Amino acid sequence: MLSIKNLHASVDDKEILKGLSLEVKAGEVHAIMGPNGSGKSTLGNVLAGREAYEVTEGEILLDGKDLLELSPENRAREGVFLAFQYPVEIPGVSNINFLKTALNEIRAYKGLPPLEAREFLNRVKEKQKLVEFDAKLANRSLNEGFSGGEKKRNEIFQLAMLEPKLGILDETDSGLDIDALRIVARGVNQLRSQENAFIVITHYQRLLEYIVPDFVHVLYKGRIVRSGTKELALELEEKGYDWIKETVDAEKAV
Amino acid sequence: MITQVSDSLYSQLIKTYGGNLPSAEPRSLDEIRKQAFERFKSTGFPTVKNEDWKYTNVQPLISQHYELDAEPSLVAVDLDGANIPQLDAYRVVLVDGKYHAGLSDTVDMPGLSIMPIDQAFERLCFAKYFAEFADKTDNPFVTLNTALFTAGLFIEVGKNTQLSKPIHVIYVSNARQPVFNQVRNLYVISTFAEAEIVESFVTDPQAARSLNNQVTEIVVREGAKFQHYYLQTAASQGSYLNHTEVYQEKHSLYNNYNCTFPGPAFVRNNINVRLGDSEVESHLYGVTLTADNQFVDNHTIVDHIHPHCESYEWYKNITQDTSTAVFNGKIFVRPDAQKTNAFQQNNNMLIGEKSAVYTKPQLEIFADDVKCSHGCTIGQFDNEALFYLRARGISEAQARVLLVHAFAFDVTSRFANTVVREYVEHLVEEGL
Ligand SMILES: Nc1ncnc2c1ncn2[C@@H]1O[C@H](COP(=O)(O)OP(=O)(O)OP(=O)(O)O)[C@@H](O)[C@H]1O
Ligand SMILES: [Mg+2]
Repeated sequence: MLSIKNLHASVDDKEILKGLSLEVKAGEVHAIMGPNGSGKSTLGNVLAGREAYEVTEGEILLDGKDLLELSPENRAREGVFLAFQYPVEIPGVSNINFLKTALNEIRAYKGLPPLEAREFLNRVKEKQKLVEFDAKLANRSLNEGFSGGEKKRNEIFQLAMLEPKLGILDETDSGLDIDALRIVARGVNQLRSQENAFIVITHYQRLLEYIVPDFVHVLYKGRIVRSGTKELALELEEKGYDWIKETVDAEKAV
Repeated sequence: MITQVSDSLYSQLIKTYGGNLPSAEPRSLDEIRKQAFERFKSTGFPTVKNEDWKYTNVQPLISQHYELDAEPSLVAVDLDGANIPQLDAYRVVLVDGKYHAGLSDTVDMPGLSIMPIDQAFERLCFAKYFAEFADKTDNPFVTLNTALFTAGLFIEVGKNTQLSKPIHVIYVSNARQPVFNQVRNLYVISTFAEAEIVESFVTDPQAARSLNNQVTEIVVREGAKFQHYYLQTAASQGSYLNHTEVYQEKHSLYNNYNCTFPGPAFVRNNINVRLGDSEVESHLYGVTLTADNQFVDNHTIVDHIHPHCESYEWYKNITQDTSTAVFNGKIFVRPDAQKTNAFQQNNNMLIGEKSAVYTKPQLEIFADDVKCSHGCTIGQFDNEALFYLRARGISEAQARVLLVHAFAFDVTSRFANTVVREYVEHLVEEGL
C-alpha cells in the first residue's frame, strides 16, 4: 500500500529525514518509535504534505500513486490521514460542519454524491459511539477549548468518520488517560481491516498492548535503524534507546 | 475659511444653490437649510489634513462632475441584487435616493408610518428631531446634506408597536448619467416600540457613477428596541458617504450591524451613538470584506453621557487584493457616566499582501468608576489551521472560506436575524 524509498527531507535547509525506507502492506499495523527529535512527526507531516518540509530525495508511493505530486487535500482524498500530535484549535469552525465539508469533498473526488443529511448524522452517531466522543464536543468549534485528551480523541473520531486507507497516529496516546487509551485503541482495532493500514507513532509500549503492531521500527537521526516485531518494543521499554544509539553511532563511526 | 473653491463639485453646488436652496417648506426648515449651507460654504469639503479624514481622501470624488438633483430615470430598475432569500419584510425602495411607490410595499400596519421625508415636514416629531443630532457633529457632509437634501425616508414606529416583520429599505443606483444623491432619513422608534430595519445598497448593472451622501437620524425612545442592519453590496461605480446619528433614551436598546462587501469603490460610514440617558444599551457590529482597489472606512462614536449604560462594539475587517480598510472607534465616557461598561474590539485579517488596514481605537474616559476595554489585532491567514483543514481533504479555497467565516464568527453569531446572518455569510463566501 505505502512504499517509501530513500526519503530525504529538510526544514529550513536542515536535513531531518536522511534516507528513510518503509514498506507498509494493506492490513498491517506498523509502530514507529524513537527518541525525541528523531524525525517521527516529520515523517507524518511529509506524508500529509506540509509545505514547510522539502523532500530533496526519494519517493513515496501510495498504491502506486506518487504522493509527492499531490496537494495535501488530494492526499487526504486518496486516503492519507494524519492524526496530529498537536491538533490546532480553530474557533468559529464547527466540528460537524468541518467534517461534513471534508467528507463530501472526499466523496466528490471519488465521484460520489454528497451524503444525505440523515446518512451523515447516522454516521456521526455511530462513530461517536465507537470512540465514545461526547456529542457536545462534536457540536462545538473545532478543538476550541478542548483538553489535550479531548483533542486526541477528536482526531480518532475524525479518522473514524473519514475511513482513510492509511491512518498515521502521531503520539495519539500521549495525554490520554488509561480509559481513553483503551477506547481509542478499541476504536482503531475496529477500524482495522484488510483494506487499510496504520502507522502508529508512540513512545510507549503500553499503547502497543492494545493496538498490536505487526512490525516495530526504531527511527533515529532520520533513518530507520532497527525493525522487528512487537517484542522489539518490549526490549526498548526495558533498555531505553542508549544501546541502539551506541551501536548505530558506532556503525556510523566505522 | 474657504479651502475647496477649486473643487468641481463645490463650485457647482455654490453656483447652483447659492441663494436658491430647495424650499416650499415650513419656514423653520428654510432657516435650518440656510444656516447649514453657510456652514458648508465656510468649511468646504474635508481634506486629509482633518484628523477625521486622515486616511480618507475625498478629493478624487469631488473633483468630478455630477448631475445635481437629477430627475428619476424612467427605465426599468434591476433590484435582483437586493434580494435576501427567505426574508419576509415590508419592502421600501428608493431609486437614486427617491422613494418609489411602485416598487415599494403598501404598508398598512397600525402604528407604523413610512413615507418620503418631504411628506413628513409638517409632523410634530419632524420639527422636534430633524437636524437636532447629526448637525451637532462637525461632518461637512452632514451640513451639506441638511442644506440640500430633497429626498429620503421618514419612518415612525408608534408607541408600544412591535413590528411583526422587518422593514427592508433598498437604495438602488439606477441613473444612466453620473449623479450626486443626497438622501436624508429620520427614524423615530417611539416609547416601548420594537423595530427591525434592514438597509441594502445596490446598483443596477447599467447605472453610471454615483456619489451618495446620506444622513440618517435615529431616535430610540424610552424602552424601545431597534435592530438595524446595513448591507453595503453596491457595485464599483458607487461611492458612499453614510452618516448615521443615533440618540437613545432611557432603557432603550440599539443594535447596529454594519456589513460591507466587495463592490463599491469608496465607502465612508460614520455611525455615532449618543447614550442620552441612563440604563441604555448599544451594540455596534461590523463585518467588512474588501477586494480589488476598494476603500472602506468605518468611523464610529459611542458617547456615554449618563451612568449605568453598556456598549459593546466589535468590528472585523478582511482585506483582499489592493484594498484598504479603515476603522476608527471613539468611545467617550463623560464625567457623569459612572458605572459605564464599554467594550470595543477590532480584528483585522489581511489576505491581500498589498492590502492595508488603518485602525485606531480612541477611548476618552472622564469618569473613574467604569469598566472599559478595547483591543485590536492584525493578522494574516493562520497557515497551521489552513493545513489542518486541507489535511482532511478540504480544498484550499473552501478552507479559506471556512477560516474567514470563523474569523467573522464573533460578529456574525451576534446577528439577531438568522435569515440576514445566512445571507451575510453567503455574501462573505461569494466575496472571497
Ligand atoms: N518546522 C520546523 N522547523 C524547524 N525545525 C523543525 C521543524 N519541524 C521539525 N524540526 C526539527 O526536526 C527534528 C525532528 O523533529 P520531529 O518533530 O520530527 O521529531 P519527533 O521524532 O516527532 O520528536 P518527538 O518525539 O519529540 O515528537 C527536531 O530537531 C525538530 O526541532
Ligand atoms: Mg513528534
